[in-house]
Amino acid sequence: MSGIRIDAIEKRFGAARALEQLTLDVEDGEFLALLGPSGCGKTTLLRIIAGLETQTSGRIFIGGRDVSALPPRERGLAMVFQNYAVFPHMTVYENVAFGLRMKGATAAEVNKQVERAAGLLHIEPYLERYPAKLSGGQRQRVAVARALAVQPAVLLMDEPLSNLDALLRLEMRSELKSVLNSSGTTTVYVTHDQTEAMGLADRIAVMHQGVIEQIDRPQALYERPATRFVGGFVGSPPMNFIDMPVKAGLARLGDFTNPVSTGRDTITAGIRAEDIAVVERGGLPFDVMVCEPLGATLLLTGRVAGQLARVAVRPDAVVAPGDRLNLEPSPGRIVWIDPANGKAIGQAA
Amino acid sequence: MTNNRLLPYLLIAPATVFLVLLFVVPLVQTIALAFMDNGVASLTNFRKMAGDLNFGLSIGNTFLLVLAVIPLQICMALVMAMMIQKMDKGRDLVLWIWIIPLGISDLAAGLVWLAILQDRGYVNTVLNMLGLVDGPVNWLSYEAPVSLFVGVVLAEVWRATAIVLVILVAGLQLIPKEYGEAAEIFGAGPWTRFRKITLPLLKPSIQSALILRTVLAFEVFAVVYALSGRNFPVLVGEAYAWQHVNQNNGVAAVYAILVMAISLAATVIYIRALRTPPEMQP
Amino acid sequence: MSEATVSIRLRRVMFWSGVAMLCAWVLVPIYLIALGAFGGRAGVFRWPKNLLPWDSGLAAMQAFLAVEGVWTAAVNGALVACLTMLFSLLLGAPAGYALARYRFAGQDAFRMLVVLTRAFPLAILALPLTVTFIRTGLYDTPLGVALVHTALALPFTALVSSSLFMGIPRELEEAAWIFGCTGLQAFRKIVLPLALPGLAAAAIFSFVISWNEVFAASVLTVRNRTLTAYLLTVLAESPLHFRFAGGFLLILPSVIFIFAVRKYLFAMWGIANR
Repeated sequence: MSGIRIDAIEKRFGAARALEQLTLDVEDGEFLALLGPSGCGKTTLLRIIAGLETQTSGRIFIGGRDVSALPPRERGLAMVFQNYAVFPHMTVYENVAFGLRMKGATAAEVNKQVERAAGLLHIEPYLERYPAKLSGGQRQRVAVARALAVQPAVLLMDEPLSNLDALLRLEMRSELKSVLNSSGTTTVYVTHDQTEAMGLADRIAVMHQGVIEQIDRPQALYERPATRFVGGFVGSPPMNFIDMPVKAGLARLGDFTNPVSTGRDTITAGIRAEDIAVVERGGLPFDVMVCEPLGATLLLTGRVAGQLARVAVRPDAVVAPGDRLNLEPSPGRIVWIDPANGKAIGQAA
Repeated sequence: MTNNRLLPYLLIAPATVFLVLLFVVPLVQTIALAFMDNGVASLTNFRKMAGDLNFGLSIGNTFLLVLAVIPLQICMALVMAMMIQKMDKGRDLVLWIWIIPLGISDLAAGLVWLAILQDRGYVNTVLNMLGLVDGPVNWLSYEAPVSLFVGVVLAEVWRATAIVLVILVAGLQLIPKEYGEAAEIFGAGPWTRFRKITLPLLKPSIQSALILRTVLAFEVFAVVYALSGRNFPVLVGEAYAWQHVNQNNGVAAVYAILVMAISLAATVIYIRALRTPPEMQP
Repeated sequence: MSEATVSIRLRRVMFWSGVAMLCAWVLVPIYLIALGAFGGRAGVFRWPKNLLPWDSGLAAMQAFLAVEGVWTAAVNGALVACLTMLFSLLLGAPAGYALARYRFAGQDAFRMLVVLTRAFPLAILALPLTVTFIRTGLYDTPLGVALVHTALALPFTALVSSSLFMGIPRELEEAAWIFGCTGLQAFRKIVLPLALPGLAAAAIFSFVISWNEVFAASVLTVRNRTLTAYLLTVLAESPLHFRFAGGFLLILPSVIFIFAVRKYLFAMWGIANR
């Protein structure tokens, strides 16, 4: 029983608000990603959960226990830091054993847990080395092993992969997922990398300017973003946003029409690059400016009625800059957004 | 977490109390001593100081020394620091040798140069071997003020260039190599690179070296004392003499105030003249 | 050989002879005072001098050390320097930690106080302290001199240790808190071991500052002189070979200590000046 309940947490730095009345539940055993651009407050929230920072108001519960006023050591959690924070003057073994020793575990228990954690992260060969002799990826493994060795009820991770190079990041990502799946630890994972969040998390909370814009399963988040910000932040390339005039309940641009329910005279259509078909005639007129072959798809950048748009087409399509194409978005996958407040229409945001 | 609010104050409290007791209080007392005569506020001590024969001499000598020593040291240290930058082999050894004087006190430095410059010393031996002098020459008497002055300058430069070197080398290490390389690619020669890139970026270090050295140079006294006794009066030497020989705290304090005022003025001038706006720092 | 390689060679030769000359500039005077120190009375008056150490022997140095007061003064000097080292570390390191880790009201004022001391010739402040020290019984004691020397060394230790602590990532400490440490435990187990070599270097530097200080030491003592103060006061009436032996004895420990801390010196100054 170690869910996390974040109850109306607010954090102010002087006059600036870093977090605004934030409420969030993380279920027992769940992997939750806090996703957002830098400065959105995700790291601040994580540090408040850890007890490294004090909230201005609000409360934190871990496993039903109010830990709001407790120092980090009494909250029963472990953490993996962005810069690993592996102690340079201790061997890998001593690093992994650190938390256990602080708990006063017996030598046999320490040995057993260190070996288990080292096995999970494949760092047995380095146990007697000092961290200075390890690569970044290896240090990261030590940091994760150190966290898992204490068998924490809650594991917090602060951009743990951001300092690794692309290939290593991919490898560590899948490895982390399998290790954490089997341990069933409640995990809060901070990242600004949407692919990382999508790949790892059970649920993603997208944060923006100190508030949670949307919290949902990765696929739902991708398909039905609740706000324009979420649509633009999740997915690569980002969602296209095309403003269309509305007349008599009908959005119309070029030869494309679609019934919408709005009282305004303009509406924004959120369309994924891959949800667009190229047709012979009709649809949206699209002037191609740049073609980027990405292997699996050919990514076209161009303009629809003067508005920037990206379209993913089959890699063998014959298209050149300057061409005009006719685009037909699949109507069921369009997210209609109110341009005044950036919120999706017809959804509980 | 209220604990955390108080902690930094608890940590600085001992140092603060100490500095107040042994820096601020004596500072105020020195000022009081200088302006008091038998418990009455007066300028007697100032008059005594100004009326002393050695007063004008010591001011002149001290300023002359500072003006001769400081520029020489900065230039030498700059040359040495640039040499260190260029070195790959033997860098550590050379650096260590060059900073040895850092650990040498002014008194010891004075004694070292006394051994070299005394009438039966090594300079005269070498000059004699070269046939330039016939017998022992006294370079350090008050009858030879120029050679005495040169001797003091030599000792000071020998002893205290090391600290300037350390500050400059440390400063150079903070300047990323890329700046110089970028300038080189755009066609700047070594001299231009030094003048347009290294020197401006080194300004904060030069500033601290200047402040530190100037304050210490106005304090110069043991070097001079070891080389020539009171033949070459300097300000702090006079303070020492008034305290010890004449047993007059008041006049000694006036000298102390004078030295402090000059040091402070020099520091302010350096800070003004060599200010680097924060946005221009790397 | 082409003209270009000749000129490169020539420049290398010039460069290294410059380096060698500067090394000689530092080392030769030390060699010469050593000659003076070990040459004894005969060596001092010999004319012209022998530039090679054939006249030297340990006898002269032994004679110097046997002079009444020299040994006591050396011990006193070492004692004062050790006390200074201890005080400046105990007072300076916590202040440095506070400066490095916390933002608090009054921080700039404190930093100002510390930096300001550099603009003052501190040793001169020993003048009024004689009166205070006589009243409190600190006059003419190693402790009293050490207190003044601590005022000299403390700003340096505080700034250096602050930069040392700044160099230790805060995350390491936070990790220790997360994994069960109290603030004090985290400091003892993580921060202190990492800062120790640098702190030791700063401490040794305080030792050198104290060992070399002459003004305050001579103003504040009469019988319990430090070596530096002792040499200054007997300077006028002592024979030359005696002065040279004293000078050499002053130089010796400092040179060894500078050698011990040479690695940290540059790191210390680089950041202490910011």
